[in-house]
Amino acid sequence: MKPSDKDKYKSYTRRATLLSGGMLLLSSALIGRMYYLQVVSRSQYELLADRNRISMRLLAPTRGEIIDRFGRPVATSTTDYRVNVIPEETEELQQTLKSLSKYIPITEGDNTRIVKAASKQRSFLPISVANNLDWETFSKVNVNMPDLPGIQPDVGTSRYYPEKELAAHLIGYVGSVSEEELTGDPLLELPEFKIGKNGIEKILDNKLRGSAGNSRLEVNVLGRVIRELSRQDSISGDTARLTIDLEIQKFAANRVRDESAAVVVMDVHNGEILGLASTPSFDPNDFNNGISQKKWDALRNDIRKPLINKAVSGQYSPGSTFKMIVALAGLEAGIIKATDTKFCNSRYRIGNRIAHCWNKNGHGHINVIQAISQSCDVYFYDLALEVGIDRIHDMAARLGIGNRFDIGIMSEAKGINPNGEWKFNTQGVRWQGGDTANVGIGQGYVSTTPLQLAVMTSRLVNGGKMITPKILLDDTADYPIPDDVGISPENLRIVLQGMNDVYNHPRGTAFPYRSRNKDYKFGGKTGTTQVTRISMAERQDGVIKNEEKEWIGRDHALFVGYGPIENPKYAVSVLVEHGGGGSSVASPIAKDVLEYLMKMDATENKGQSV
Amino acid sequence: MQVSARLGDRKRKSLQQKFADLNWFIILVIIAVAGLGFAMLYSVAGGSIEPWAKNQFIRFLIGLGIMVTMAMVDIRVWMFLAYPFYAIALSMLAIVDIMGEMGKGSQRWLDLGFMNLQPSELMKIALVMALARYFHCLSDEETLKFKALVKPIILIILPVILVLRQPDLGTTILIVMGGIALLFAAGVRMWIFIASFIAIIPAAFSAWQFLKPYQKQRVLTFLDPEKDPLGAGYHIIQSKIALGSGGIYGKGFIQGTQSQLNFLPEKHTDFIFTVISEELGLIGGLTLLSLYMILLGYAVIVSMSVKSQFGRLLILGMVVTFFLYMFINIAMVMGLVPVVGVPLPLVSYGGSAMFTLLVGFGFILSAAIHRETLIPRGGAFA
Repeated sequence: MKPSDKDKYKSYTRRATLLSGGMLLLSSALIGRMYYLQVVSRSQYELLADRNRISMRLLAPTRGEIIDRFGRPVATSTTDYRVNVIPEETEELQQTLKSLSKYIPITEGDNTRIVKAASKQRSFLPISVANNLDWETFSKVNVNMPDLPGIQPDVGTSRYYPEKELAAHLIGYVGSVSEEELTGDPLLELPEFKIGKNGIEKILDNKLRGSAGNSRLEVNVLGRVIRELSRQDSISGDTARLTIDLEIQKFAANRVRDESAAVVVMDVHNGEILGLASTPSFDPNDFNNGISQKKWDALRNDIRKPLINKAVSGQYSPGSTFKMIVALAGLEAGIIKATDTKFCNSRYRIGNRIAHCWNKNGHGHINVIQAISQSCDVYFYDLALEVGIDRIHDMAARLGIGNRFDIGIMSEAKGINPNGEWKFNTQGVRWQGGDTANVGIGQGYVSTTPLQLAVMTSRLVNGGKMITPKILLDDTADYPIPDDVGISPENLRIVLQGMNDVYNHPRGTAFPYRSRNKDYKFGGKTGTTQVTRISMAERQDGVIKNEEKEWIGRDHALFVGYGPIENPKYAVSVLVEHGGGGSSVASPIAKDVLEYLMKMDATENKGQSV
Repeated sequence: MQVSARLGDRKRKSLQQKFADLNWFIILVIIAVAGLGFAMLYSVAGGSIEPWAKNQFIRFLIGLGIMVTMAMVDIRVWMFLAYPFYAIALSMLAIVDIMGEMGKGSQRWLDLGFMNLQPSELMKIALVMALARYFHCLSDEETLKFKALVKPIILIILPVILVLRQPDLGTTILIVMGGIALLFAAGVRMWIFIASFIAIIPAAFSAWQFLKPYQKQRVLTFLDPEKDPLGAGYHIIQSKIALGSGGIYGKGFIQGTQSQLNFLPEKHTDFIFTVISEELGLIGGLTLLSLYMILLGYAVIVSMSVKSQFGRLLILGMVVTFFLYMFINIAMVMGLVPVVGVPLPLVSYGGSAMFTLLVGFGFILSAAIHRETLIPRGGAFA
């Protein structure tokens, strides 16, 4: 080896060592970085890795049921057969939809919606094609699955109202959450989630809703679910139990099915509402998935107002059903006695106007019992003016008029229990004698709801106990013993005699419509209220027959009834909008409902004795 | 000169002797590294030899055969072929460049029918060979002269221009740094390196102008990846998350959430070190790093016993190239250097890099077997 080669070797060894040292230095930088990432900052990166892969999904709770007093379902959750499509799994989306349309009608709109959704979201996420399929259609789709790539039959739950329109106003309905209803509760943001929109569904929404569960899912970078890491099941909503007896509700609603009417049935001893019907009604099932514009418009534009709960929201002049209050005000003030009579010749002068009794021939000399049973207007004009509005107002208030009970369903109206102060505050005008006379026969400023009339009747017939109406049944809590209305039993007996005679005295206004059953008798009071004032010209023509008037111009028919006569148990109030006469239209309805109640009790008692 | 040639002849070994003389330790370490690679490719496929581990294994076997065959070939043959190799590699780079001009956008490989060849990979080896031969033929005095640098710099610059035009930033860096390291090992004066280092700063500024927007973006993203977490910085961020969350012991084989759930991009190629670190932890990463260091350290020690300057420089050139692959890749996935497409040697999925590296080790082994061979300055067969 030449010396120069030796030099080269030396030089190489030195340079190679230096290079190796440099590489070692760089490698230790790598080790330092590894230590920093994997040991020093590990927990921070672990958190970030988990945030990447773990996706929390809410599990919607099953909505609590609403049941009647005997546990029969009024609102429940049913299996909802749905069909979804997963675009990723189809060979061609349009082709699959076309094949599916052999079994399920797919509209042009559905098609557009699905294609739009498919272009927007990840292709492995399902898109809803159809909901609420019947079992037959659903099984057809299932059987033909091999021909329908990408179609995914799915079973969910949706709200179901088995009685349809029967108790719609009471129960209300559910619907999708609107923007204003968002509270920050993530449950409300679930796309399929429904909340109460009306009635009990809305008032008790928090109770019925239940609480959400959650599922921790491992997802990949595309959001596809790989597996479930852990799950906390949702807790179903509580059951709401109503005081309603579904059979009574059914009977009452069906009895007035063809009318624009309201019926309230109440237990006079504790105020439990056994039936609360309002017609015409609507099918709350229609609202579950958003009601169609056509159906909604039809409901909105119907002059018989199917969306209004007439039993609690409708405010009507009580008409002659108010006369018991005027009578009691007179009796309690000592202004009249049971035997005192007044003379009715069908005409009564109030200021410079002549008011008429419904009976053109007049009632002649009649006492308070007869005035109630024959519903003499002249008697009550006179009595009201003698008693004065303040005493009437006081008695009406004690019997529940002008009071909102907040029983727990939507839009309960307050009605008007007028007096001088009320008129001055609202109209800016002094109370006139004529106003008192009008209130004396339940017209003029006074206005009540059918619910209030049922409360009034209950308080009259239960011995003057100030019961309040209830719609929610709570077995655990005893109702507090109701206050006394503070009316002497003797005066109550006098008024009840008048109400008894309405059905059962040959001259009673509802005598033709009395119950013919020998086992039980009912009492009550008719009311007919004018919707339009009958003009002088019409009167001279002879009052035109109600049937010939436009429906809207007809009188409202009212009736408050109770039964049985001895130890009354049930109070019923009936209102038929533009029904005509209280005696001919409303009293038969009340009688039928009361008879039904008696029959039910009889079978029940028999059942117990066996 | 004749004496030394004859001396070389006398020491010529038979094939059997050469086979027995193969450095089996180096081969074992190579197999160990590649074995870890197969395991990780099996893991990132979700526990399947398809589609990566099997292919990679077959390529490795072929590459191993090539390596052993090359080791048997006399080192003088390689020295003789150094310039022709360089010429072929350069013309292939030019062809790729011309085809890129005519075709659509950048292209980095040639379709040879049976395989896709990346000329830039070939060039890494050819450049080392050419430079080693050049310096072998210089006397010490000549090596120290400044004008001796002209030819090597041209040898480096020509491929750099062509590779930059592709544009392939990773390979450019490998070629330049590999070339410089070789100049350093060959004994070029120290002050030249220091002066060049100072001069490189303005050069870097002008180079910046040549970079394509996506490459500039990569550099900027590297400087602050959090700026664009869903776009440019996504790769680095996800890689750091995967690494960091692996901890000391890792999440377990095929248990890496970042890699198995696809949060990690390019997990079977450039980011496979991240998968090792996530699933096998710091322990796994250090094991691999140690294997690399043993491999390279041992090769450097072997190089010191090689009698010919060509053989020594060949080994060191290959060692430095291998090291640069490893360092740039690992530093990249840990966010220390910009994301440049450099694979993890012997582990990342891909044929070209695997063959390049095994060929490189073929040279190292050949130099080792023929360490006693003396080659005259005039050339192998002069």
